[in-house]
Amino acid sequence: MISIDPDVIKELADKGLRIDRRAFDEYRPIKIETGVIEKAEGSAKVELGGTKVIAGVKMEVGEPFPDSPDEGVLITNAEFLAFAHQEFEEGPPNEDSIELARVVDRAIRESKAINFKKLCIEEGKKVWMIFIDIDILDHDGNLIDAASLAAIAALLNAKFPKLEIVEEGDEKKYTIDYEQKTDPLPIEQRPITITAAKINGKILLDPNIAEESAVEGEVSMGVTDNMIASIQKSSPGGFTIEEINRIAEISLKKAAEIRGLLK
Amino acid sequence: MEQKLIVDGKRLDGRALDQLRPIEARAGVLKNANGSAYFRIGKTIAVAGIFGPREVHPKHMEEAETAILRCKYNMASFSTTERNRPGPSRRSKEISKVMREALMPVLFLENFPKSAIDLHVEILQADASTRCAAINAASIALADAGIPMKDLIASCSVGIVEGHIVLDVAGKEDTEGDVDLPIAYYPKRDLITLLQMDGMVTKEQLKQLLELAKKGAMKIYEIQRQALKSKYMEE
Repeated sequence: MISIDPDVIKELADKGLRIDRRAFDEYRPIKIETGVIEKAEGSAKVELGGTKVIAGVKMEVGEPFPDSPDEGVLITNAEFLAFAHQEFEEGPPNEDSIELARVVDRAIRESKAINFKKLCIEEGKKVWMIFIDIDILDHDGNLIDAASLAAIAALLNAKFPKLEIVEEGDEKKYTIDYEQKTDPLPIEQRPITITAAKINGKILLDPNIAEESAVEGEVSMGVTDNMIASIQKSSPGGFTIEEINRIAEISLKKAAEIRGLLK
Repeated sequence: MEQKLIVDGKRLDGRALDQLRPIEARAGVLKNANGSAYFRIGKTIAVAGIFGPREVHPKHMEEAETAILRCKYNMASFSTTERNRPGPSRRSKEISKVMREALMPVLFLENFPKSAIDLHVEILQADASTRCAAINAASIALADAGIPMKDLIASCSVGIVEGHIVLDVAGKEDTEGDVDLPIAYYPKRDLITLLQMDGMVTKEQLKQLLELAKKGAMKIYEIQRQALKSKYMEE
């Protein structure tokens, strides 16, 4: 694999240039394909330049959390597959994959993308559990945006499997027929996550993997039409308040463009 | 009717909207660690301890051109109302990561190649803003260990509770508030080195939140400096 000297990236940034000739606020080409996994309730494959991720939504019936007895449950997980990058290793989730999953989860949860009350089957007893699992297939930078986009695309693609309730005396038995898909999920917002990187004092969007080796900090914002729902600064480094405000403004604009790609 | 969290501009614990909880900070509270600190804000208590720079074990983690900073944030199982299951959680791993990334900018890690700085922060009692208390304790402990630093990192949280922007989210404000935004601040360079947010805000609100957070962090910065000064005055 060819590696590019971070100093080259920094010098370019200073001249207003990027290694792949993009403008600072330009994303790499985005490709979204939904329904790619028939066995999943919903799925989406996202390509962001050379980054490839796939998100699958699976659903089960489970118990609600005691503090939200009438709400469904969302569990998000990310796997960095060992073939996706030479530095990825087999094994339990590490801090990067945990952070990625939690950042994806936070944007969906905080933007109220899912109406959790509509996932209640029997208050205090049974609710739908939504599992979003994200496989990182190829790492070419900005996994957060690619994974977040795949997650919301998969949720929009998902349909409830058929739930059969059989009453046996006082007991209710729940069985799921995964072969039969019914209604779409109650998705009420389409959060988009935008990641900005600071390189040599310049702010640029959608850093590729070479650029990520040269960053002085990255900030990801999960945004809806007009609100910011979640923020995560990742990578060492720092931003001024003025820079963060500017990133918020750019993120709201850029997200509107990317949201248009969702079906 | 549920209890209101803010009445006539005062919060449940009597604080003004832009007021921090009472803070106590001490440097050098442990005997064995190379550097240590105690940081208490309201009921949230953090203790930080440092070993290093020292040899890296396991060896394969060693970096030829720089020291590595290893951070661990942990909540004691007795720190919360309902017992917190011991051992690392996904939450604590994420916090350990962002905490490390918040502190790295002030360290001269390249001065200590092939070595490790090991930082452990234990939350003895948790009443919101625990990652901020952890960073505040860690920063004092790093200085107490004599590790060369460009500055101290100061951390605090801001939030939105019942429509009001508040400094230093605590107690019920944490569970019932709408927005929680912790920051860490590097005063000499005027940089935010930790930034996370849960909750919905407009870009104008974000601006106000960040300005208030910076003010809060500057107050904490002074308390951290005092803690270090008073330790060396005693010696």
